[in-house]
Parts: sequence; C-alpha cells; structure tokens
Amino acid sequence: MEVKQFKSGVWTKQVNVRDFVINNVTPYHGTHDFLVGPSQRTQKLWDICKQATKEERQNNGVRSVDTETISTISAFDAGYIDKENEVIVGLQTDVLLKRTMKPFGGFKVVQKALSEQGLEPNVNLTNLFSKYVKTHNDGVFDAYTAEIKKFRSLGFLTGLPDNYARGRIIGDYRRIALYGIDFLIQSKKADQANITGPMSDAVIRLREEVAEQIKALKEMIDLGKTYGLDLSRPAENAQEAVQWTYMAYLAAVKSQDGAAMSLGNVSTFLDIYIENDLQEGLITEVEAQEYIDQFVMKLRMVRHLRMSAYDEIFAGDPTWVTEAIGGMFSDGRSKVTKTSFRFLNTLYNLGASPEPNITILWSDALPQNFKDYCAKVAIDTSSIQFENDNLMRTNRGSDDYGIACCVSYQELGKSIQFFGARTNLAKTLLLALNAGRCEFTGTEVVSGIPEYTDEYLDFDKVMANFKIAMKEVARVYNDSMNIIHYMHDKYYYEKAQMALIDTNPSINIAYGIAGLSIVADSLSAIKYAKVKPIRNEEGLTVDFKIEGEFPCYGNDDDRVDTLAAQAVADFNNELKQLPVYKNAEPTMSVLTITSNVSYGKKTGATPDGRAYGVPFAPGANPMHGRDKNGAIASLNSVSKIKYQDSLDGISNTFSIVPKSLGASEEDRIENLATTLDGYFSRNAQHLNVNVLNKETLLDAMEHPEEYPQLTIRVSGYAVNFVRLTKEQQMEVITRSFHESM
Amino acid sequence: MYCHNPDTIETSGGTEYNIEELVQMALKMKPYFGRRGGVTVSGGEPLLQSKELVPFFKRLKEEGIHTNVDTNGRILNHFTVELLDDYADLVMLDIKHMTEDGYEALTGMRNKETTFTFAKHREASGKAMWLRYVLIPEITNNPELLHAMGDYFKDYKTIEKIEIQPYHKLGIHKWEALGWEYQLKDARENTPEEIKAAAEILKNYFKEVKIN
Repeated sequence: MEVKQFKSGVWTKQVNVRDFVINNVTPYHGTHDFLVGPSQRTQKLWDICKQATKEERQNNGVRSVDTETISTISAFDAGYIDKENEVIVGLQTDVLLKRTMKPFGGFKVVQKALSEQGLEPNVNLTNLFSKYVKTHNDGVFDAYTAEIKKFRSLGFLTGLPDNYARGRIIGDYRRIALYGIDFLIQSKKADQANITGPMSDAVIRLREEVAEQIKALKEMIDLGKTYGLDLSRPAENAQEAVQWTYMAYLAAVKSQDGAAMSLGNVSTFLDIYIENDLQEGLITEVEAQEYIDQFVMKLRMVRHLRMSAYDEIFAGDPTWVTEAIGGMFSDGRSKVTKTSFRFLNTLYNLGASPEPNITILWSDALPQNFKDYCAKVAIDTSSIQFENDNLMRTNRGSDDYGIACCVSYQELGKSIQFFGARTNLAKTLLLALNAGRCEFTGTEVVSGIPEYTDEYLDFDKVMANFKIAMKEVARVYNDSMNIIHYMHDKYYYEKAQMALIDTNPSINIAYGIAGLSIVADSLSAIKYAKVKPIRNEEGLTVDFKIEGEFPCYGNDDDRVDTLAAQAVADFNNELKQLPVYKNAEPTMSVLTITSNVSYGKKTGATPDGRAYGVPFAPGANPMHGRDKNGAIASLNSVSKIKYQDSLDGISNTFSIVPKSLGASEEDRIENLATTLDGYFSRNAQHLNVNVLNKETLLDAMEHPEEYPQLTIRVSGYAVNFVRLTKEQQMEVITRSFHESM
Repeated sequence: MYCHNPDTIETSGGTEYNIEELVQMALKMKPYFGRRGGVTVSGGEPLLQSKELVPFFKRLKEEGIHTNVDTNGRILNHFTVELLDDYADLVMLDIKHMTEDGYEALTGMRNKETTFTFAKHREASGKAMWLRYVLIPEITNNPELLHAMGDYFKDYKTIEKIEIQPYHKLGIHKWEALGWEYQLKDARENTPEEIKAAAEILKNYFKEVKIN
C-alpha cells in the first residue's frame, strides 16, 4: 500500500488509520472566516429533503416502508434524492426516507411496527420467521430465567436490547477510503489463518465471525457497484474519500438497526484528502463544503423502522449518527482541522438538526478560535454536545476514539462495546424500604432484606438494606446482559461494522443507571431531615412525610453531592465483581436517554418528596427545579461524580437562557467557552448545551409547523422538539432553565 | 430611576454572609472565570458596604481572583480610597448624566461632581476603569451630552472602554412587583440607528465602545 501524495508510516504496511492521520494531518488554528455557504446543488437537494421530512411528519412519522425485502448490505437498487445534483450518493433504499425490515433482532417487533402503519410483512417472510428462522429476541427469551423476566416486567431493568438491536458498535468507516476493500479482505484472511486450535468455543466463534466479516466486505463491493463506485480500491481524491467513508457507514445502517449507530471520528481524516485536493488546486472551498454538506445531509436522512413503544425510551426517532469532532493528539497537537469547522458549518448551511449527533471533544488546549466557534454554534443551534477529551484520552488510553451513542468512549477500530441499557436505581432504593418487595405489587424481588417497621427512616439502616438490594439487582442485571450479548452475537452479528474493526477487539460492557438525583436527594432527606414512610395495609410505602430541610443535589453542597458520588461508586463496584460474556470489561454510565419520563411512571413515591409518577431528571442531572444556586453550582455538583466510577459516561443536560450567558453575542460566546473550560477542568465528563428561552418551546408546542428544525439536546442526543410527545415536551419545559450563572 | 434590578436597591433585607463564606463561594467558581472573569460587586450601590469590601477584596486578591466594583461613584471615604488604590482590579463607573439638572432628574440627587471626583481618584491610582452609560433617547442620548462626556474623559489613561447600555423596559415588571411606581414610563427605547449614532460619537474619544 503506497499512495504517493501521502506521507508513509506504519499505516502503509498494516491497517492503522490513526497512524495515517497523525502523519498527514494539517491542524488548523484560524477562525471560521474561510467557511462558505451551501452550493446551489446542495440547496436544491435540501429543499427536497425538507419537503420529504415534512411529509413524514404529516404521515405520523413514517413516509414509506418496504414490506417485501429484508434489508442487507447489498439489498435494494441505488436510490437518489436528485441524481444530477448529488456529489455524494447513496441511500438506505431506492427511495428517500423509506424504512426497511431488519428482522433478525426480533421478527415480532417488525410485525408490530408494520401493523401500527396498517401493514404486514410479505407472507413468505412471516412464514419463514414463524417456522424456520430464529432471531435474537427468540434466543434471549429461550434463555431468560424467571427471575430476569420478573425484574424486567416490574421495571427494575428497562430498555434492555432484548427485542431490538444493541447498536453502539462503531465500525472504523475510514478504512474503506484509506485502504479499499480488497486490502481489508486480505488482511482479514490473514487474521483468520492465524486463528487456530485447540478449537475452544471462543476460537470456533471467532473463526466464524471473521468469515462473516469477509462476506460483509464482499457485499460492500456489490453495494458500491450499485452506485457505479469501485470500493475495492482506495479513495483517490477528496470526493471519493467522503463517498467511500459514507458507503462504509451505509453498509452498516442498511444491515443493522441498532439504537445508536455512531459514525466515529471522520472529520480530521477526511480533511487530509480535502486539504490535499485544495493544495493541488483540484477543488475550491465551495466543493470542499459541498462534499461535507451533502454527506451530512445523507446522514440526516438515515431511518429505521421502529414500533411506537420504542419512542418511550428513545423519543423523537433518533439514529445517533454520533460524530466526534476535535480533541487533542497524545503528542500535544490539536486534532482540529478546517473540516472540523466544515462539519459544524452544516448546522448553518442546512439549518439546525439533531443528526448527526455532533460531539465536540473539548480540551482547554484546543485552539481558541475553534472553541469560540463551537460555543457560537451551541448558542445558535442547541444542536451539539461537549465531552471532556483530556479526561477520556488520559483515562482510557487512546486519542483516536469516537463516541458510541450519547456519551461513551470507544477507541476506533480497536474496541467495541456491549450496550446494556440501564437499571432503575431509585426503584432499587425502594426495595430497601419494602423488605425487597416491589412497591406496587408487593412481589418479592430481592430476598434477605429485613422488614422495615420504624416510624422514621434511619440512614444507616436504609443504607445497609440499599446495599443488599444493589448487590442483588447487579447480579440479575449481569445475568441478563450475558444472555443478551451471547444471543446478539449468535443471531444478529454486526458483520459490517466488525469487518471494519480489528479481529478480536477489546470489549467493554456498558451498564447504566437511572434515577441518581432521586437516590441522592432521598438519602439526603433521610440523613438531614426526618422522613416518615406512609405505608399501606400490606406494609408497602406509598408516600413519605418529610419534616425539616435537607440539601439537594445540584447546589454544590458536599453533604448531598458525596451521597450521589458514593451511590455511583457502590453500584459500579457491585457490577465489577461479576463475570461478563467474552471477558468484557464492566463499565457503567449515568444516562437515561428519554426514558426518564417512563421511569417516573414505573416508580412509586420516593423519600425525597417526589410523588409517584413524576419523571426522573435525565442522566446525572439534578432534579428539575431543585438546583437553585445557579448554573455553576449545578455543574459543580455533577462534576463530583467520578469518571473512574462511571467510565461509560456521565450525562448532564444543561439549559440556560441566552441573556444569563451575556448581553452581547461576544460575551455569550466567551462565557460559554469559559464555562466549558471550568466544568471540564473539574474532571466532569459530558455536557449537553441548550441556549433557549422556555417561551420558544411553549410557542413551538402551539405552532409546531413553524418550528420544523427546532432542535434541543435532551440526554446525550438531540431531537427535533416537535417530534416529541406532548408529555415529553412538557418534561423538557419543566427542566431547570438557568437564569443566573 | 431605571435600574433593572430594583429588588437590589433596598439597603435592608437580603441574606447575610460572612466574608470567608463569600470567598469560599468564589473559590468554587474560580475554574469558570477564564481569562477575564472574577468577582464583581454590584448593587444597588456596593460601596455602601465599602468597610466590609476592603477585607473581602483583600482575601480575593490573596486567592488570585480578579476583583471588580460596579458603582455610581457617589461614595468616597477612606475605605473606598483603600479599595480603589489597593484592591479593586477594575472599577466600572456609572456615568448618569453630564449636567447637574439631568443628574438630578435621573437620580433625585444633586452633585454629579462626586462621581467625577471619584473618577479622578481612580485615574490617579493608574488602575483600570470602564465607564458605563445608559442611553435613553433625548434624556441621555443627544450629541451635545455625548460630546461633553467624551471631552471630559478624553485624556484619562485608565479608561479601557465605555459600555453603553441602551435603555430597555424589561425591568418595569420588577418595579411593579415591588409596588413602586416606575418613573420613566414615558421614555421610549432607542432605535438601532440612534444607538449606532451614539457609538460613533463616543468612538472619537474612547479606545473601545461596547454596546450591551
């Protein structure tokens, strides 16, 4: 592998995209003044897309569905938005926004999603899947124990990827552009030849997996041919580099419908090709921006077929095309290039949008011009999120990583993760007060917790019981995860993504918790005020009477913030004791997606004074309205949760009204950039930034047609506000909008 | 008369903090100060408490925190002098009006000269100062007054910039909530052209003119 215009290195001998980037990147320290607007071609295409998405919204969120074809890498003819104006081609099907069946996660889910649209799958497929073909969902439920089913149905474990695809695995989509598929196939074949006996389960499985990957690579060549592209060879110019990379991603979203299908970290890589073409005078800035605009436009048009119940946990039809931008190289140079700016510029050229889920890897050492531009984009669009590059790079070891789903570090091409949804920690606390019984049904869920009969709750006794409950919930949670990932590998293996990842990568399992702020405030109430449980005739708590004051999480008060940090550490420690399928490393996140609303419904009254049914705060956020000491105090509280105890991420969604950031645009930009520096200097991990007035959201509820692109960050991702349910919209509006720093 | 934070004018009420508590609060926010942030005392009129501000600012300086006073410059006693000379990194001085009658109409008090004496004193200390000026059509925004202000301060070396705050009516509801009569009800807001014209005049005299 020798490409003359690029500086060679390790990458020329073996698959190593990072090495190519390090040797060839041109970091950019200038301002955004070089950026240009959308080309006419781009504008024409985007008008068509806007019309199509409008029709989709008007048609109950689905424009069209194919009921005949199982979507695979090479299924469907080529599809175009408007062929003559497209410089980057490729759609998931032959028609814009057409959704497809990917039934290997679970056929019943596909049937349900179709029936909600008044449709049915082709009768032959129904026949096949009911009699002959087994899915991931079938496999999981064959193996689930009665105990797991109980935890699941009562709402202790929720959103588990047992009837939908787990997602989160990020292929290194850059590889096809850099190497071409022929080289990648050779490389995989060499790997496979080295996987030899003795033939243990693990060895046999790996041999089969690599064989699947090679098949996927061959199918990708066919996918390219549909569009007249020769993906067997490396990309030779900027347009091809963008196109090849997109084709690799397209292969993934044609064959898998994981909840989150991140893109990785492609901007710095693509910049090398673009910079090269610019230097050689082959293209101008107009073409450079046009490639990125059209690439991003395609990413915005990715769709999956979902049933409506899915909306409770993942509201607003997200696809999580997460692209990580910025960050620093381990050698101290900045990864920011002109193409980092070009990606952000799409939010102006095409307007605000939740997808791709643009994530800025923030470091205090980033070029100030880039920081300022990111702050400007966040203020103008509320579409981007920020993560702490220094923290992740130094704790996790690589400077070449993407963000899986919302907040999770994943080294590109070298590691993957197993998505584990989350457990309800607030409900787990109620087990501690109800002798291990579900607070609604009285069903015994956990044994060994003594009956609690005291008139007032005692902190030490509650903590002792809570620890028993956590240990048991962790055990059952771990059991369910092992089954789910075993079956997903077996029945719905991500061969397209895995073909673009090193053979036998390292794995972390991504457990999660919800309800952290409720747990912290409840423990605080028990410790610092007097809490009297109100019990029904069965002895189950139905309400709590609080006498006196107690500090709430979100006010930079160590008395309660340490309780939050300790709960995270305790549950993480329980999870770490347990063995995981494929020897994955246990990690945990504090993240809820939008399930914080449905968790509320499934959780009885809690000792912090929260009534039954009231939504949880999202992620690691303080409870709505309880962070009363301003924005910085709220940020400081969240920053006390230790990343080492929650390596899969700590999500914080922050909303501030424009005027409290500053009077002028210049002040707002400086203050937001400074706030990010401050927050991340405290080793905080993640921040969603919304700069909005509540009135805008209320108006959008009244007049949704006037706000088709209004975007808001919810919990590690962004949504079109008008695509949320009324209930979810109200929850977003009741969140704290900081009116002072 | 047009203060947008009328709830901070009253000199009784509020929550009492001791100096060390305030320093600790500032320290918790220190990572967010960036290159230009720090602690600003404002009001009401913060120099009413200048005796307490001296040790407070002294402690902040020990902690390496930038200090700033936002004042109308009506109080000049030996505590204020100590603050101006030794502990306030920045003074933001509110210039109400360039004429005695205009000053009285806005503040209910005579003797605009105290503010100017205050400015002179700060200038002599050689430390940074910003001027602030609320722009109300006709009342404070007319060319004659703006030129007069520029002319008065043009030789000051410590003035880094002047911030002009176009008058807005956002604070009215707060006055009403406090049961007070808002006394500038009849004043209108500036047009963008009027703001621009005022800035153009001031640019002849000041290094930087910022419109808030």
